[in-house]
Amino acid sequence: MGSSVTIAHYILMLQGMLWTIGLSLMGFVGGTIVGLPIAIGRISQSKALRRSLGLYIALIQGIPLPILMFLCYFGISVAGFNVPALVAAGMAMTAYASAYLAEIWRGSLQSVPKAQWEAAECLALTRLQRMVHVILPQAVKISIPPTIGFLVQIVKNTSYAVVIGFAELTYTARLINNSTFKPFVVFTVAAVLYFAICFPLSHFSRRLERKLKRA
Amino acid sequence: MTNIVEFHNVRKSYGALEVLKGVSLSVPKGSVVALIGRSGSGKSTALRCVNGLESIQGGELNVCGRKLHEAGVKLRELRKDVGIVFQSYNLFPHKTVEENITLSPRLTRGLSKAQAREVAQRVLAQVGLSEKAASYPEQLSGGQQQRVAIARSLAMEPELMLFDEVTSALDPELTGEVLKTIEALAKGGMTMILVTHEMAFAKRVANQIVFMHQGVVWETGDGRMLDAPQTPELRNFIGNGL
Amino acid sequence: MGYEFDFSFIWDFWPDLAWGALETVLLSGASIILGFVAGAGLAVAKVHGSRTVSTLANIYVEAIRNTPLVVQAFWLFFGLAAMGLRMPAFYAAIVTLVINVSAYTAEIIRAGMESIPKGQFEAADCLALSRRQVLFHVELPQAVERVYPALISQSVLMMLASSIMSQISVEELTGAAYGIQSITFRGFEIYIVVAVIYLLLSVLMRFAMEGIAQLAFTRRRRLGTPL
Ligand SMILES: Nc1ncnc2c1ncn2[C@@H]1O[C@H](COP(=O)(O)OP(=O)(O)OP(=O)(O)O)[C@@H](O)[C@H]1O
Ligand SMILES: [Mg+2]
Repeated sequence: MGSSVTIAHYILMLQGMLWTIGLSLMGFVGGTIVGLPIAIGRISQSKALRRSLGLYIALIQGIPLPILMFLCYFGISVAGFNVPALVAAGMAMTAYASAYLAEIWRGSLQSVPKAQWEAAECLALTRLQRMVHVILPQAVKISIPPTIGFLVQIVKNTSYAVVIGFAELTYTARLINNSTFKPFVVFTVAAVLYFAICFPLSHFSRRLERKLKRA
Repeated sequence: MTNIVEFHNVRKSYGALEVLKGVSLSVPKGSVVALIGRSGSGKSTALRCVNGLESIQGGELNVCGRKLHEAGVKLRELRKDVGIVFQSYNLFPHKTVEENITLSPRLTRGLSKAQAREVAQRVLAQVGLSEKAASYPEQLSGGQQQRVAIARSLAMEPELMLFDEVTSALDPELTGEVLKTIEALAKGGMTMILVTHEMAFAKRVANQIVFMHQGVVWETGDGRMLDAPQTPELRNFIGNGL
Repeated sequence: MGYEFDFSFIWDFWPDLAWGALETVLLSGASIILGFVAGAGLAVAKVHGSRTVSTLANIYVEAIRNTPLVVQAFWLFFGLAAMGLRMPAFYAAIVTLVINVSAYTAEIIRAGMESIPKGQFEAADCLALSRRQVLFHVELPQAVERVYPALISQSVLMMLASSIMSQISVEELTGAAYGIQSITFRGFEIYIVVAVIYLLLSVLMRFAMEGIAQLAFTRRRRLGTPL
């Protein structure tokens, strides 16, 4: 039953992998653009702002990513646009990544020692100057290992775009399995491709974290 | 009189660093031996060898009829006979005082819950903490925690107790209550080896004082040795210590 | 934009949603419990296992943590089918989730085990406890208590992730929504409703797991120490 998995199939999977990488980048870039202001807003002096941003984060983190995919997918068409699944998937990944990245970065900002904030204040810098010249450079250093660790989550979770039929790696593998009926071969190859992206990132993130801890 | 512990020319190294360079020492049943000496002189190491926390590399070490220098010593059996209390109390934070005490008797001696509770009540009375059975370690003062640690060891009904600077982490008042507990144990006939910086206490309670220096027993004697040190090293040590 | 929201169809389909939600709860509950046991076992293998055992455990954990859950589910579900084995989708989903969550749980519990002060083990050794007794009475209880907040977050994430099991035809909440959507063509509305149900479930799940902590960690309950 089924036919064999051919070179053409592997090429399709590699194409799927490129879409996976593309969607991951969309998620990360979009997540950064939305998430960074949220992270800073989360430590602002305005309680209302902190609260409402906290609510946004809790909402996104309490809804499964596949449901976010559906919501974007149907939401866009409800709004009267007809766009490819890529746009819906990119939006969902942006929303998802922004909530988690914002939390990671808020944590990094807050783990800059209190004394540094106070010292910066004494230098008669404005709040913006303090942020840019004193706090951010230190927070960035702290935030790099968990951010890279979260990249792994982004890459893996682009696979949820399968629910709206976006042809990234998982969806492509599934299509190929439907025609060849060789699930172990097809999904093992898919898993290996994901692993090839994710493991180096995980490893790198852990190494950086250990290095940072020692310093 | 039988010796419960005998060191014969015991040697112990950590890697290239030789810490015990031929220690000889006997502890008769019912006696109290105080180990004193400078930091790094090997007191803790000697004590830890006695209950097998550290293995030795040379000489002979007999503890409660077991030859620790030979292969195949059953450490778990040894530890039922030898209790030890550390400077940091190391109580189990997730267990109540009573659970801390009954854990080992129930698991290693097969006591029933009721029997183990009886033991716990007895040893808690011995250290003067009967009313704290249901408390958690974090609810107790340092001195109380240390007395619970002593009670926990006593519940094993050991033949020998080891104390390693058990009051070093405590305030003077709390130190007093712990020392009183240990002194009462000594009066009750418990054999013990204690590492201490409390010279007055050592003098009052110990039958034998052992001054360790550079990994050997440098000078030993009864309490009077502290008044009339024979070696310049001990004289120097006491001079700085008091 | 001229779109008229219409939620009225929900009243016709609420039993489907209720069953879906129940299935999600059962799926996650079973996977959390089994995944916890398996994860604790893996953590012990990583920390105390022989070189071979801990290497194998590490390979397992890394393989699982660096590949997507969906691919794992497809691999197992379609793989079993290809071998001619018929396993109901619900059980295939549990097996996948347990395999998946055990790897994450193992990492969390291992971190807990490694954070226990050395003095605890020395004290346990000196009380003549065997390695097994130390593990079950001293090491694991303290490790789990220390990392319990991380276990709660992990469990909520897993419950949310279980939604993907609709892809292997499990009729859990998302699967139910998909079914309703294909009948009513009210995709946006139904997924809004389902999103709200998931939000409620995550809140309930946190509550439930905090309740379990109150039962399991006597000291926290008695002293009122927060997790
Ligand atoms: N686990 C170990 N590994 C390597 N070296 C060690 C170890 N434990 C102790 N040492 C070394 O052995 C020597 C003796 O240590 P020991 O703890 O026995 O001294 P001590 O007399 O108890 O001192 P103190 O009064 O400070 O407790 C020290 O130089 C110490 O650094
Ligand atoms: Mg010492």
